[in-house]
Amino acid sequence: MRSTSTLLKRCAMAAIVVASTAFAAGGDASGPAPAFTLTTLAGQPSGLSAYKGQVVMVNFWATWCGPCQQEMPLLDQMYKKYKPAGFTLIGVNVDKEAPAVKELLTRKPVSFPVLLDPANQVSKAYHVDEMPSSVIIDRKGQIRYIHRGYKPGDENDYQDRIRQLIRE
Amino acid sequence: MTHRYIFARAAVIAALLLVRSTSADVLPDDRADVFYSKYSGGGMDITGYSATARAKITENFAVEANYFIDKVSGASIDVLSQASVIKDERKQKSGTFEYLRDKTTYTASYTSSVERDYISDTASFGLSQDMFGDLTTVTLGFSESHNTVGENNGTANDPNVAWVGHALSRAYSGGVSQILTKNFIAGVNLQVITDAGYLANPYRSIRYLDPTNPKGYSLGNQVYPDTHTSTAVQVQGKYYLPYRAAVTALYRYYNDTWGVVGNTYELDYTHPIRNRWIFEGRVRYYKQTAASFYSDLFPFADSQNFVARDQNLAALDNTTVGGKVTYAFLPDGWKMFKRGTVTFDASRIRFNYLDFRNIKYYGVPQYPPGSEPLYNFNANVFQVFVSVYF
Amino acid sequence: MRCRQMLLSGTVLGALVLSSGCSIQPWVKPYERDRLADPIMAWDRDAISAAYLDHIRESREGSRGATGGAGGGCGCN
Repeated sequence: MRSTSTLLKRCAMAAIVVASTAFAAGGDASGPAPAFTLTTLAGQPSGLSAYKGQVVMVNFWATWCGPCQQEMPLLDQMYKKYKPAGFTLIGVNVDKEAPAVKELLTRKPVSFPVLLDPANQVSKAYHVDEMPSSVIIDRKGQIRYIHRGYKPGDENDYQDRIRQLIRE
Repeated sequence: MTHRYIFARAAVIAALLLVRSTSADVLPDDRADVFYSKYSGGGMDITGYSATARAKITENFAVEANYFIDKVSGASIDVLSQASVIKDERKQKSGTFEYLRDKTTYTASYTSSVERDYISDTASFGLSQDMFGDLTTVTLGFSESHNTVGENNGTANDPNVAWVGHALSRAYSGGVSQILTKNFIAGVNLQVITDAGYLANPYRSIRYLDPTNPKGYSLGNQVYPDTHTSTAVQVQGKYYLPYRAAVTALYRYYNDTWGVVGNTYELDYTHPIRNRWIFEGRVRYYKQTAASFYSDLFPFADSQNFVARDQNLAALDNTTVGGKVTYAFLPDGWKMFKRGTVTFDASRIRFNYLDFRNIKYYGVPQYPPGSEPLYNFNANVFQVFVSVYF
Repeated sequence: MRCRQMLLSGTVLGALVLSSGCSIQPWVKPYERDRLADPIMAWDRDAISAAYLDHIRESREGSRGATGGAGGGCGCN
């Protein structure tokens, strides 16, 4: 009798904790960033290892995701601004088919590298649980921050984190 | 006016719009539509014009405004015996606010509908919540409608409206939508509506056998209960076909305290072609039992406490076949427009009454009262609208 | 006695499922929503047209209510 009510209380508390973290847009994370190799639109292989020693932001996006489209130009600006300081942005696209991606990038080009993950292996490895997701990785290859979703103004948050990691 | 009853529920329907496609993760795109519709059937012609616009004020807050005008001419069959040609106009305005916070969207809206002999005001509130990894969406809604009913004792061109009563309507709704697989989404909606007050159509009348009348029958006033409660449950599913198309199936069960039981079955198929065209076909079958106090011909005057001969309460079935074509004239946008489309939608509905007789044959010697052929008619419904997305 | 125990364990199980629901891993991942995000998978692409058709039907039938649909889409943010 007592044990079931304690169990219920614990479950309720766990649910509240999980629910509240589920709504957080960004959170500190830890652990080594899983390595990956994907192809670019041009068919060239590339991966995380090509940017060793730099601060890397891996942005998971799709052509069918509205907020992803919204943040692309801002990500592009950010990439151009911090690239000289040792920063790279990799756009990992999760579309199942390449033609839509090619068509979109022809109309709205970006200067940062875009890699294709149609089999969603990298998305799985990074436990992507929101679209878009941005994973910020430090110079030592450790994941430091995960930002879920995009609302206008989030780019300030990105820049703060990137500047912090560049200085390290 | 006869069509008052036709428009009567429009305000409640406007409220039902709240339960329509909301996705509590991002507010929908800004959009404007200009809309034209034409209904012709059963001796009536109704033309509708509408304009709608919605815009996000901030990322979390959007407003929508809609203006709708209906113009009616003609008369529906069961009024032909009493009224001459009818012409009337209804104007409806509505405004909606939407607020998105985390995974919840809150909606509030107000609709006002005015015609010469019917005024309706509706306030609605809704809530939509995404949960369980955005696979489940739960919606709740409430709306309240105040209606004032009148009767035009003059003519179409020289009206003389007397206000005969008020009605209050409340609708409570809930729904759950669940993504089952990458290709399949399903949902269930429940809605309970209660009305109280003057619920009849003042222009319709009952008829009863009357040997003293050369026609064999006489007309009398309808007497409706002053309360009405209904429950409707709809289950639906939408499935993505691998070659890029969608098929939808829905079933709705309805019953109410007036004894009407209704079953609706609908099947839709949507087929896009690239980014430019979307073709859609639909088939719908509806069948209902008559209200318990309905009869096309009562045995004598005052035979029951409640009496009605409104064709909406008769035993009937109808079958709709329709198609819709959407063409994107701006598939990828241009300057500030993200997309622009034009849509044509046409349907044909066949109405069959199982216990409502054709007024055309009333008083015809060949058909004694109660043996006239049953009524049926075809209606054509046409819509065309232009939509621009910002 | 047995009935009460079963009812209790049923309630606990139900509460467990409900409370852990927030942490149930979605079986359709956010990056697998491409089909559901397709406009053809929306319940009503054109609310104004759907509302008009509802209006036509409800003014000529004895039934009303429970129409419409919510949810689906890209699930972004």
